[in-house]
Amino acid sequence: MIHSLFLVNASGDIFLEKHWKSVVSRSVCDYFFEAQERATEPENVPPVIPTPHHYLISVLRHRIYFVAVIQSEVPPLFVIEFLHRVVDTFQDYFGVCTEAAIKDNVVVVYELLEEMLDNGFPLATESNILKELIKPPTILRTMVNTITGSTNVGEQLPTGQLSVVPWRRTGVKYTNNEAYFDVVEEIDAIIDKSGSTITAEIQGVIDACVKLTGMPDLTLSFMNPRLLDDVSFHPCVRFKRWEAERILSFIPPDGNFRLLSYHVSSQNLVAIPVYVKHNITFREGSSQGRFDLTLGPKQTMGKAVESVLVSSQLPRGVLNTNLNPSQGTYTFDPVTKLLTWDVGKINPQKLPSLKGSMSLQAGASKPDENPTINIQFKIQQMAISGLKVNRLDMYGEKYKPFKGIKYMTKAGKFQVRT
Amino acid sequence: MDGGFSSLRLEAVGAVRTALVSAENLQLTLKTELSQEEQALTHTSANSGPEETHRTGGIFSVLRNEDLKEMLESSKESLKLEAMKRIVGLIAKGKNASELFPAVVKNVASKNIELKKLVYVYLVRYAEEQQDLALLSISTFQRALKDPNQLIRASALRVLSSIRVPIIVPIMMLAIKEAATDLSPYVRKTSAHAIQKLYSLDPEQKEQLIEVIEKLLKDKSTLVAGSVVMAFEEVCPDRIDLIHKNYRKLCNLLVDVEEWGQVVIISMLTRYARTQFTSPWKEGATFDENNEKAFYDSEEEKKDQVEAKPYVMDPDHRLLLRNTKPLLQSRNTAVVMSVAQLYWHLAPKHEVSVVTKSLVRLLRSHREVQYIVLQNIATMSIQRKGMFEPYMKSFYVRSTDATHIKTLKLEILTNLANEANISTILREFQTYVKSQDKAFAAATIQAIGRCATNISEVTDTCLNGLVLLLSNRDETVVAESVVVIKKLLQMQPTQHCEIIKHMAKLFDNITVSMARASILWLIGEYCERVPKIAPDVLRKMAKSFTAEEDIVKLQTVNLAAKLYLTNSKQTKLLTQYILNLGKYDQNYDIRDRTRFIRQLIVPNEKSGALSKYARRILLAPKPAPVLESAFKDRDRFQLGTLSHSLNIKATGYLELSDWPAVAPDQSVRNVEVIEPVGSLPSLLLTYSVAVVHTYSDEFPFVCKSSDQTWTVFGFSESGSEDESDEKSSEESDKSSSESESEQKKKKKTKKAPQKKAKPTTVNIPTFGPVKSHELLHHMTGKGLSARYHFPRQPCLYQPNMVAVQVTLTNGSDHSLEEIHIGDRSPASLNLHCFNTIERLEPEASVTVSMGIDFSDSTQAANFQLCTKDDQFSVSIQPAVGELLMPSSMTEQDFCKEQGKLLGMNETSLSLLQRWSHWQFMAFTHVLLFASRFAGRTVSSGALVLVTAESRESSTALLTINTDKSIMASMLLRDLKQALAQA
Repeated sequence: MIHSLFLVNASGDIFLEKHWKSVVSRSVCDYFFEAQERATEPENVPPVIPTPHHYLISVLRHRIYFVAVIQSEVPPLFVIEFLHRVVDTFQDYFGVCTEAAIKDNVVVVYELLEEMLDNGFPLATESNILKELIKPPTILRTMVNTITGSTNVGEQLPTGQLSVVPWRRTGVKYTNNEAYFDVVEEIDAIIDKSGSTITAEIQGVIDACVKLTGMPDLTLSFMNPRLLDDVSFHPCVRFKRWEAERILSFIPPDGNFRLLSYHVSSQNLVAIPVYVKHNITFREGSSQGRFDLTLGPKQTMGKAVESVLVSSQLPRGVLNTNLNPSQGTYTFDPVTKLLTWDVGKINPQKLPSLKGSMSLQAGASKPDENPTINIQFKIQQMAISGLKVNRLDMYGEKYKPFKGIKYMTKAGKFQVRT
Repeated sequence: MDGGFSSLRLEAVGAVRTALVSAENLQLTLKTELSQEEQALTHTSANSGPEETHRTGGIFSVLRNEDLKEMLESSKESLKLEAMKRIVGLIAKGKNASELFPAVVKNVASKNIELKKLVYVYLVRYAEEQQDLALLSISTFQRALKDPNQLIRASALRVLSSIRVPIIVPIMMLAIKEAATDLSPYVRKTSAHAIQKLYSLDPEQKEQLIEVIEKLLKDKSTLVAGSVVMAFEEVCPDRIDLIHKNYRKLCNLLVDVEEWGQVVIISMLTRYARTQFTSPWKEGATFDENNEKAFYDSEEEKKDQVEAKPYVMDPDHRLLLRNTKPLLQSRNTAVVMSVAQLYWHLAPKHEVSVVTKSLVRLLRSHREVQYIVLQNIATMSIQRKGMFEPYMKSFYVRSTDATHIKTLKLEILTNLANEANISTILREFQTYVKSQDKAFAAATIQAIGRCATNISEVTDTCLNGLVLLLSNRDETVVAESVVVIKKLLQMQPTQHCEIIKHMAKLFDNITVSMARASILWLIGEYCERVPKIAPDVLRKMAKSFTAEEDIVKLQTVNLAAKLYLTNSKQTKLLTQYILNLGKYDQNYDIRDRTRFIRQLIVPNEKSGALSKYARRILLAPKPAPVLESAFKDRDRFQLGTLSHSLNIKATGYLELSDWPAVAPDQSVRNVEVIEPVGSLPSLLLTYSVAVVHTYSDEFPFVCKSSDQTWTVFGFSESGSEDESDEKSSEESDKSSSESESEQKKKKKTKKAPQKKAKPTTVNIPTFGPVKSHELLHHMTGKGLSARYHFPRQPCLYQPNMVAVQVTLTNGSDHSLEEIHIGDRSPASLNLHCFNTIERLEPEASVTVSMGIDFSDSTQAANFQLCTKDDQFSVSIQPAVGELLMPSSMTEQDFCKEQGKLLGMNETSLSLLQRWSHWQFMAFTHVLLFASRFAGRTVSSGALVLVTAESRESSTALLTINTDKSIMASMLLRDLKQALAQA
């Protein structure tokens, strides 16, 4: 399946290669570089590139291209999903997945890649199994290892590999038993010029951080499970139980994991928590343009809208901007023409605004499209769909765990057309 | 500068030295390392420039091969490890480290597991280049293949099979065969991977490898299933016959297989199903009409036959669809996609839409995932608009999407357009046309053109919109509009001479050659409708002819010719001028065209009959172009494949066959073992008992314990297994009538094979009367009574639970509500409650099943049975036999396992009782040779092996081998009691 893997950084250097079958020369990446040159943006490199003898399937994450070399027919999503899983694992192990982190931990990376694939077919991708085989590097462990001569590599087959719950290792012990669940919802929306919603939908996830001793069996029930329209589960969730009772019943993996992602049914109207008043004009013939933007909260159920960040790709004709934010800071990059305004918290009494003028290239004609405005924000302690967890119960262990549930609403791809 | 650096470095050396001295004081002897490091430092300071050391970061990093070699040969483990780490670093960077091979290979037998692993990495990388030296390591692997640690066995096989040295093929073959029968499923999984490696190294081993695959396909472990199917796909994808017997098992295992295996199995089963089942699409009412016609047309003769009998879906076909459906909820996008394609290719048309939601969900995932999923949706949406229409808004384009995502979304929106939604879509397109991404804007214009041709109601609206775009400032937009308008006008030119005039006016401002050429063609084609403008345009073109692009020149010649034919008075000279220019053009295409046109239109003595028809040739009515999707022909490839994504047939692509007209024999999938079809792994559902025996007898033997009976039969028959089953059930009936106290049977059947060499394994599901126990008496339960029994089947909820069935009866005169399970003790008790029973009418009873994890102890499980108003404490105590599940294994495995469970783990009891004569006879008869029974505890899966052996004339020895010693003694006691009663 996967023949080789090349990691390519933003400047086009191959900084790591790994082969699972016979060695494929790195010159195969030339086809990739060609495609990269043709693409205007890094994101525009096509994920699947045919070459005379191989196929290159790549993903771009953290400004690193992970290029897999394939020799014969394979579902492309299989490879893409796997590559993303590799990135997730690196992130899990090293905290970040950057070129520097990978180079610093090249041995662990190699050991990981060796375990994750055998002959190009995924062998172990479950994080807890990998962590038993290869312990993540920490400063303490490195020191201990140098002194005692022990290694980072496990000698026994991880119990998870053979069990029916491969995602959980046995013998987990904590002094503080705690289970935290974050319900995070993202609003994807397109708002048109006049402020009416073209499309809006809510996607949510429940991320969990479970540190519980032994083999706890958890059930999580919702007040209003009907809201969940389409769900995808971590493999630990018992699907039958969900089908029958709409209860999430599972033996959790140890540590952080994504329990559930869901889509809120489109029948429900989506409350849009912010509105934007905008007036962006370019006048024909003059080298000046007006820029006027005001943000305000709406339908937030009394919760504050925080970490607001506005960004907009201004037309190419804009040379510079002279804007005045009522709060926060703004930057404009004259090269990429990207305007960002870090607003912070919206105060409903004093609405934040960004006003001023833009200078345009002299003599150039007026840009025919107004820029779209992308907004990011966060609202704590609220799930915009109204989803509420009813209760969380634990079976199978005697102790009383500490349980916590946090709600948050974020902007996903929130776009305002002007 | 350099001097400065080296002095710095000297300082560094000094610092390290002092640090090490202090380390020595701390009694951390790093003596050897000290010298090494010093060496390294002096090397770097002497040889390399400052940048190099800076780049690589550490002070140790620039080590030469000699130093590495020296480190590898040192006696210190840590030093070796350090060296190997650096070598791996070199390999990762793609540097050549092959000359270290001899030094590295020496460490292959190292005790340090990390060092060993790194050596493996090195070996696999360079063995191909250094075949002779690589052979030195082989014996180490052969030894490791026998290691008691399964991880070591597996990794030895992994490396051994990864060394691509043809000489060791026989060794590999042997190792694979051995590993395929290993007790550890993990090792068996590795052997499945090794099959593919060996096959790619030496395809001549195919036949032997197929044998191993066949064996592994029978494996019931979920761990192995995915890998062996992968091997099957790689080595012998055409041997469909190997799948028959395993088809149902694979379907049932699917949910529990790891996600990557699921993808592989699903795609294999898709292919399988297309060869084995008849088409479910034949009587689909929601069928795409065109397709249906085409289908029947091509198979006219079969039509009658097909319609004669209504379509009934093969239950196996249904099984596959049913068991894959839950996987749509998988977090793995590849799994979701593979289920989607399975439904697309196999499900009846009205069922395909279940995949829609899940596919739309995947659009939230990473960019690359979106790309592939959108491609597949594009293909699907051509044939089945209805599937995605409700989700149209999910395909709206955002300015932040990558260009290829945008164009795919556009494609889908265009496919989805119909009379009802076209206005919404066009409004959306209007915003796209203004996009800053001009390539995308151009694609939108094409999309508008397609909508206009497909939906006649909006053609005019679209055309007007496009004409407005002609005044757009951006050239690519204008050019694209011209091209699209040209195509649209061609379909209905009569009413549109205004547009042509407008375009002619714009002509001067347009510089994109394709657009200019399109306008020229339009004017030429409809020159009779714009008689005044056309010659004027030609005049302008004559002026600028030499500066034009080739494509424009060709169209100019074309226009000139057409005008010459229709309006020769005004344009004769102009045409001749242009033809003269063309005659001396650099491009031979243009020279060629000019010569051809001249011969055709200018009458002279040489010109033949053709010039008479010049008008009819050049001004013939031309069919309008069909604007169609780029995804139109993609459906020739299986969805979700690489070939589909690239629209080229990829290497190794396996065609999806057409449905067979007549279904092949269904019975090939029948397995001898009676296998209840369920959604759980079949290995758990088959309540199988393995008996390994080489003995024949005709005596039924019954032994009873307090609550359970084991019946052991012997036959001296030579018939088929089916016969033996039949017989055994007869026998069991007989014996159950004989012994009135008998409540339930867990049967162990002995079969006498003709040949002694082959141990037989017989799997029999349990049946027979069950003993139920009281859980709650109706007096204490205020009318509610409950009884329970153990169905002795694997628990549906969790494999480590014991299944319990509870029958609840309402003996009161009013209905009971909300019967459920309340608190439990001990609190850690893990049990799977039954769903709350909302209402139980008087005199009604209901049977519910629950699962209890007894953790392999006979300790009672206490819990509360609650109704709406009351709570009753009840408890269930299992007999030790209920905590065991039979497990099947071969005689060899049995002995091997028994060998591991000696000493502390062995409990035995010799029986010397005053038996009644026939009982004794029967017993010794049965136990004339060793009888062996294997089982596993339900909760922890510990093996329990029971052996009964006859000793001398009057004693028999019962031995139980298990590491659960308490259980062993209890079981022994029960057995003894049972035998005494018999």
